[in-house]
Amino acid sequence: MNTQKLKETVMHGVFLGAACASILAVALICWFLFSNGIPTILEIGPIKFLTGTRWKPLNDIFGILPMIVGSIYVTAGAIIVGVPIGILCAIFMARFCPKKIYPILKPAIELLAGIPSIVYGFFGLVVIVPAMQKIFGGSGKSMLTASILLGIMILPTIIGVSESAIRAVPESYYEGALALGDTHEGSVFRTVVPAAKSGILAGVILGVGRAIGETMAVIMVAGNQAVMPGSLLDGVRTMTANIVLEMGYASGLHRQALIATGVVLFVFILLINLLFSVVERGDKNG
Amino acid sequence: MADKRQKIMACALRVLVWAAALITVAVLLLLIGYILMKGVPNLKPSLFAWKYTTDNVSMMPAIINTLIMTFLSLLIAVPLGVFSAIYLVEYARRGNKLVRIVRMTTETLSGIPSIVYGLFGYLMFGVALHWGYSMMSGALTLAIMVLPSVMRTTEEALKAVPDSYREGSYGLGAGKLRTVFVVLLPSAMPGILSGVILAIGRITGETAALIYTAGTVAGVPKNLFSSGRTLAIHMYALLNEGLYMEESYATAVVLLVMVLLINALSSFVAKRFSAKASGGG
Repeated sequence: MNTQKLKETVMHGVFLGAACASILAVALICWFLFSNGIPTILEIGPIKFLTGTRWKPLNDIFGILPMIVGSIYVTAGAIIVGVPIGILCAIFMARFCPKKIYPILKPAIELLAGIPSIVYGFFGLVVIVPAMQKIFGGSGKSMLTASILLGIMILPTIIGVSESAIRAVPESYYEGALALGDTHEGSVFRTVVPAAKSGILAGVILGVGRAIGETMAVIMVAGNQAVMPGSLLDGVRTMTANIVLEMGYASGLHRQALIATGVVLFVFILLINLLFSVVERGDKNG
Repeated sequence: MADKRQKIMACALRVLVWAAALITVAVLLLLIGYILMKGVPNLKPSLFAWKYTTDNVSMMPAIINTLIMTFLSLLIAVPLGVFSAIYLVEYARRGNKLVRIVRMTTETLSGIPSIVYGLFGYLMFGVALHWGYSMMSGALTLAIMVLPSVMRTTEEALKAVPDSYREGSYGLGAGKLRTVFVVLLPSAMPGILSGVILAIGRITGETAALIYTAGTVAGVPKNLFSSGRTLAIHMYALLNEGLYMEESYATAVVLLVMVLLINALSSFVAKRFSAKASGGG
């Protein structure tokens, strides 16, 4: 009897310990990134580092503004490409899809989510880049190419979250709109979708997080020039690309500056996560 | 006249949503079709030779490394994820402060991009623990990365087990521990399994988190503390060298088919699970 009790207590402790693992993981991640990154940023000078437009590691000039701007532009482009298609597709799946097509379409979207980013990058390199070359000339690796590829990659995230948000709207909203004489399409677009808007917004924010953190696919198609991008057709380097491209051979302050780039990216992600949980909480209370 | 305008509007909206769905499916078909078409003719036996050389650029060692990496990561992530889900669902009281913090941190973890995991793994396992580029560094990094998804699916699977199972078990005199291991976990197994399979898919396709943790050495590692590249990294390395376009196509096919099969298996398991649950309920 006593051993039984002991076993229960021990295992309770084990489960509790396991539950704390994710807390420990987040603490370790924050500690290792910030303790390496912040002293570096202070050494380079926060203003020089964050607003410097020149990245010349060989001359000890570390300004990551081109990469910050690059990440923001490419993410914005992905949103412009991916969000309209994603939301419309979610509306289709929730309200327009014939019963026979749905069992095919749903797994297809899940497949899209499962494809590894290196395969997306390869696809971008051998299909989208040559197409861009033909249409606009130049190398074909540009901000526009990266935006299109990222727009495709965030589709499943946006579709998944938006679809469940639209499905969560009570049927009575739709029926009410119909009863007031609106068409099926009108009811969905004027009544059901606006009611789901904070859920859809949460999906878009998740998509932003995925796009800004994407690495391997972007490297393949963005051109990776570490200069301020001038136009849509210029090559661009994101923060993520900066880390992967140079980490392999960097040393000393250069290596530290790359880690600091990761810290800046991490702060962006934390802010996006915060925004997401605020929107989601508002959704639950509202 | 307003009626007519309404009809045109409705028609336009219908076209719009159909177009969006068609574009999405078309992109998927184009991607899979293109890679299969270009890649399958390039599959040749020398790509599956046991030893990697710069002549054959065999992907066999990378496939073996992927299996080792998957096994190691799951060995750490699955017990941790399942146990913490058991705590959250079966032990913690509702509204417990700890539970709120755990939820918050898992949400944070699932939002962190893989390159940040890679950087962290490099700093902690590679530099601070002096493991360098090694399978072990890579596996621990990936274990943390897939932990939130294993936790979430296990939690959902446990919550889906009807309370009558718990009551029945307690009624027969079983303790809490026995109830968890003998009654709850077996009923939740398909749900947990589908989550684990999804995690396998993510590990198989991962690149950014592994480049600077597991490294890019092309052979099968001698032990867990030496470097070895998985299939996804192998593909990145081939593309990076730029000399092996045909081999890259072939590698892409193998990687894509592997990941697609893993995902299909996961949803198959999940579907059987929900069919069984609704059949039993």
